[in-house]
Amino acid sequence: MSSSEPAVVLRDLRVAFGKVQVVDGVDLTLERGQAIALIGESGSGKSVTLRAILRLFPEGRSRIEGQILAAGRDVQALTKRQLADFRGGDVSMIFQEPLLAFDPVYTVGRQITEAILRHETISKGEARERALALFERVRIPSPERRLDNYPHEMSGGMRQRAMIALALSCRPQVLLADEPTTALDATVQIQVLLLLRELQRDLGLSIVIVTHDLGAAVEVADRIAVMYAGRIVETGTAHQVVLDPHHPYTIGLLRSRAEGALAKGSRLQTIPGSPPDLANRPPGCPFAPRCFLAEERCRREMPPVAEIAPGHRVACWRTEEAASAYRAGPTPVRAAEPVLA
Amino acid sequence: MSVIPDGHDPFARDRGGPAQPLLSVSGLYKHFPVRKAGGKKQVVRAVDGVDFDVLKGETLGIVGESGCGKSTTAKLLMGLIERDAGGLLYDGQAVGERAMPWRSYRREVQMVFQDSYASLNPRMTVEQSIAFGPKVNGVPGREAVERARALLARVGLEPRRFAGRYPHEISGGQRQRVNIARALALEPRLVLLDEAVSALDKSVEAQVLNLLLDLKAEFGLTYIFISHDLNVVRFISDRVMVMYLGRVSEIGPSDAVLDAPAHPYTEALMASMPSLDPDNRTAVALLAGDPPNPIDPPSGCRFHPRCPLAEEVCGVTEPPLDGIRPLHRVACLARQPGSGHARAPNPALAA
Amino acid sequence: MTAPVTAASMALDGGLLTADDAAPEGAFVSSRGFWGHVGHRLVRDPVAMGAGAVILLVVIVAILAPWITPMDPYKGSMLRRLKHVGDATYWLGSDELGRDMISRLMLGARLSLFIGVTPVLIAFVIGSGIGVLAGYVGGWTNTILMRTIDVFFAFPSVLLAIALSGALGAGIFNSIVSLTFVFVPQIARVAESVTTGIRRRDYIDAAKLSGASALTIMRVQVLGNVVGPIFVYSTSLISVSMILASGLSFLGLGVRPPEPEWGLMLNTLRTAIYVNPVVAALPGVCIFVVSIAFNLFSDGLRAAMEIRQ
Repeated sequence: MSSSEPAVVLRDLRVAFGKVQVVDGVDLTLERGQAIALIGESGSGKSVTLRAILRLFPEGRSRIEGQILAAGRDVQALTKRQLADFRGGDVSMIFQEPLLAFDPVYTVGRQITEAILRHETISKGEARERALALFERVRIPSPERRLDNYPHEMSGGMRQRAMIALALSCRPQVLLADEPTTALDATVQIQVLLLLRELQRDLGLSIVIVTHDLGAAVEVADRIAVMYAGRIVETGTAHQVVLDPHHPYTIGLLRSRAEGALAKGSRLQTIPGSPPDLANRPPGCPFAPRCFLAEERCRREMPPVAEIAPGHRVACWRTEEAASAYRAGPTPVRAAEPVLA
Repeated sequence: MSVIPDGHDPFARDRGGPAQPLLSVSGLYKHFPVRKAGGKKQVVRAVDGVDFDVLKGETLGIVGESGCGKSTTAKLLMGLIERDAGGLLYDGQAVGERAMPWRSYRREVQMVFQDSYASLNPRMTVEQSIAFGPKVNGVPGREAVERARALLARVGLEPRRFAGRYPHEISGGQRQRVNIARALALEPRLVLLDEAVSALDKSVEAQVLNLLLDLKAEFGLTYIFISHDLNVVRFISDRVMVMYLGRVSEIGPSDAVLDAPAHPYTEALMASMPSLDPDNRTAVALLAGDPPNPIDPPSGCRFHPRCPLAEEVCGVTEPPLDGIRPLHRVACLARQPGSGHARAPNPALAA
Repeated sequence: MTAPVTAASMALDGGLLTADDAAPEGAFVSSRGFWGHVGHRLVRDPVAMGAGAVILLVVIVAILAPWITPMDPYKGSMLRRLKHVGDATYWLGSDELGRDMISRLMLGARLSLFIGVTPVLIAFVIGSGIGVLAGYVGGWTNTILMRTIDVFFAFPSVLLAIALSGALGAGIFNSIVSLTFVFVPQIARVAESVTTGIRRRDYIDAAKLSGASALTIMRVQVLGNVVGPIFVYSTSLISVSMILASGLSFLGLGVRPPEPEWGLMLNTLRTAIYVNPVVAALPGVCIFVVSIAFNLFSDGLRAAMEIRQ
């Protein structure tokens, strides 16, 4: 992959399971060496989007349309054999629960060396050297000893690091992370987030992280894409999305965080209603039923994607009103300073 | 405090007056034996000497990471597991003794669990689940169902649409509202919320938090709010208690504890919260490694192997939970005058 | 008291807003319920429905037998012994004493079904009781109960049935007793394991917190959740029971002649197997068909209960 090519390109990605359209037209570009976060709640389609990049869905029960380019390859066009090399070699993934990624019957070191040997032809000793180096890079203390640990013998944070090591063992260019820190304790979570940032910097890794935690997204990612009902509603740099949101859903998300409360004991601003029914999509904007700015046009027509600033794209009919509504009310991030346009 | 409009005084059942803590816990211990392959008997010291009070009408937040003992403490407070040692006083009366048998205590103290789905019987409708408690306590069937429906309405679920539903037919946030309604069905004064909002989407979490605040005000409830999310705890709690490896490391008013933490562990916890400011991201993690296992806690202060302020005396003496300011207690030798720690304040200067 | 809950106030704080939640004014939405869903799924399972139809047919025949047999099942004729299938008078042939096979098979269904189903029914009640109690209470009660059960479990069922029948003597009542003894341990085991599986669930903890007694919790909260799997397992035992009962009759330990019972008929027709193999095999075919039907139905029931919404 040339250095000018983006790491990941998704064009009008659509994924359906049976009759339910889970991802409904996602456009995403991730430049090389950058990190982007997909933020959303349950049913937003963020995990499905991620897994589509690795074609992790059974062919029979899912329908994937649109273009998926990752590490310079057209994922849809790969043969089974090429796909096996692609996974791990070009694009790799880490998950929320490390225990699920590891086989409990083999030591962690053995699983990593096996993964390396499957992708490259080097000696076993060299593979183990690489595994050791990986463990050092992910900051696992006493790495020599830990290579011979079984997964259940490691603590949660260490297992997560081991999983990152496994994911990086075959030198992928893109790392996909599906809620990697959700199940971790707070003090461990921040360590893993910093590690991801460090790996991005040192290895030139391109990262796509899926999370529901805005804080985790800001810590790791340069760009943030907010998803709702299978579509990206707002995308931009972390700075743009968090400090200058232009979509009512983004604003709702920011404001419903507990830090957003003006005074202790006062009520939180909430997004009314519940997540959308993906099987019965309305004709217009999927967020309209819950939107405080919704009008007739929103319910009838799907809003276009507008570029309101370089790199800052929003899918809404009323972006200006949204932005001013946000500035007029509580702004949870850096509430003391005026918001930059 | 009745859900059915009756105009009960929320404090009609009060005994000791506002100054007496609603719940008083002293010297709580719970150890679990563990048999490792190899025959060596080990003990998980899940709760290893915990003292605290819960004042009437307050929300006490309990925070901590894995292995700190907060979930075990919750189960001990509810009597779901039996404590090895320790006193439990409810409004001045010893729980489990004649004046306050467990059955009476259970009418005063209720709990909401983290897993909204596992907390509801999959074979019972929503209203049956809520009405179960009152029915078991002598409320006639029809009245219990009426009460269940009134509670459903009060937690924001329209009875007509929800009473006959099964748990798998409603969403996580709705289920948690049902759990809250169920907890309130027995008209308790104290509600223990064990990570009750942790598994919910953020927007749903906000709705449920608002609901909890409303209910607290309306029914004069006292809350114990266990969570790992410091932001939520800060928002909802009046006082907060930080636990580490089975003991209390700091307890005090939530703003004081979270804005100006006295204990190094609390400080590390606060620092580990991800930054929301893209221009000011966290540069370094204050703590390395994972929270330790309560099987073999370190000698002396349990936090000393990871503490940036640790000195020799910390490995020897277990710091007591002492007050450093009014209402703010900390178990750290560096903050206690005359403890032998280099940073300890001068006893002569400490008022 | 609070302001009336209107749709507007609810929308403000996250009630529900999906299309399928619309309910007509004044009506309470009631769900199908668990068994409703099971029934709904079962009805769409052709195999299970076919098997169910067969069972139903046999049961109806068994009930109506005394009135619908074409001939007297007890009246034999030495001249017309062992007629073959397709005979003008005896459509399915006649047995070794000249009695009409159709009539005997129809009447035999009564006893065979009765001896097949009754022990399982009784064992279901007793076994569930023991198993649920042991599973819920745990501790020493569990150990004592379940290890005692294990002693019985150690014997192969056939051996146990024969031994008990032998000790008690022949006869329908004694067969039922001995078969019940065979099945109680098996059902108790399943009951105990299912109950232990849900004992630690949060909703059981929540029920404990409401101050309910152990008995109440078992009755209201636990039973509803365990009865399903235990019931399915028990229905799968019916076929075993029928075969064991026939075996006992075959050995002379169960039903006594001249009562028609499929297993007994197999025994008495044994000697005719070279002369008239088809007729001799007929009672066996009946046992086979009904056993399979019960098995298939029980499988369908299990599948219907497994799928979650």
